[in-house]
Amino acid sequence: MHEMSITLSMIDIVNDEMRKRGVERLERLKIRVGKLTAVEPQSLLFCFDVCTRDTPLEGARLDIEEVPISGTCMDCNEEFHLEGLLSLCPRCEGGRIEKISGNELDIVSMEVV
Amino acid sequence: MHDVLIGAKILSKNEEIAQRTRKEFNQRGIFSINLVSSPGSGKTSIVEKTVERLKDRIKIAVIAGDIQTDLDSKRLKKYAIPVKQITTGRACHLDALMVRRVVPWLFVQGGVELLIIENVGNMVCPAEYDLGEDMKVAVMSVTEGDDKPLKYPSLFHASRLLLINKTDLLGYTDFSVDRACENALKINPALRVFETSCVTGAGLDTWCDHLEEMVECQATIDGQ
Repeated sequence: MHEMSITLSMIDIVNDEMRKRGVERLERLKIRVGKLTAVEPQSLLFCFDVCTRDTPLEGARLDIEEVPISGTCMDCNEEFHLEGLLSLCPRCEGGRIEKISGNELDIVSMEVV
Repeated sequence: MHDVLIGAKILSKNEEIAQRTRKEFNQRGIFSINLVSSPGSGKTSIVEKTVERLKDRIKIAVIAGDIQTDLDSKRLKKYAIPVKQITTGRACHLDALMVRRVVPWLFVQGGVELLIIENVGNMVCPAEYDLGEDMKVAVMSVTEGDDKPLKYPSLFHASRLLLINKTDLLGYTDFSVDRACENALKINPALRVFETSCVTGAGLDTWCDHLEEMVECQATIDGQ
């Protein structure tokens, strides 16, 4: 389960940002997780809860925005969203797809007191 | 209460370290691959057979990642090439820092042209971590089923090459190479597929020739 190490990386970044800004309490953390990543949001929530216990981050809410996979077909220029991970153009079934989104694993913002 | 924009990649630290490693590898003319598969698909056998075929043609070093034991690096000792074992303890994947720590060791081996990093046997987590390699190579084996690419798409998406290993067992399973390729290419149409058997040796020359070509190609780019 690599969600634990991803959570720890996330907390490191947040702690740095809070220190830099002289903030002591975190209310909410917003992150984006693309559906192409091998990251399970439910596990992130669990890990975040465990890793923040007895720290200044305890009780903060983790908001996870899941980013759908989208791409442009380089053969027919169709832009599309994908439900699964199959990388074929729904219009011409071409395989030359330029991915636009889905690989995100980003911290967007934090709400602090 | 107020909102503070951060806009940082969660794995930015890992990516920074990986980029630094990749740059240094390229400067020294080292081509590197990161071999990823589920446990037991034959990664270590592939490394052994690859080393056997290529060690007199190019200088190879191997980094073997495992959760516990140095059994893999022991298997490779007989080839008299530089081998380093990374034991992750509990972690289910190698990360850029673990590889970074053995970079000084790699550089004192002198003249290494090909670095093979054998990741911890796991089809999910290693897909997410850049180690600084030039490319990920996915390995799946005949006994795992030809629908594997659909079940574990992230790895097939992140890889440039795919080895379908243990083809000597094709007669004993209902695995279809065509179906496996079709499934893998649905996930990643740019994937280049090789069929190998470490028992009969089938396909290994083709794989090794391709690997050698990539090493030479990289050397030409680095030399410019």
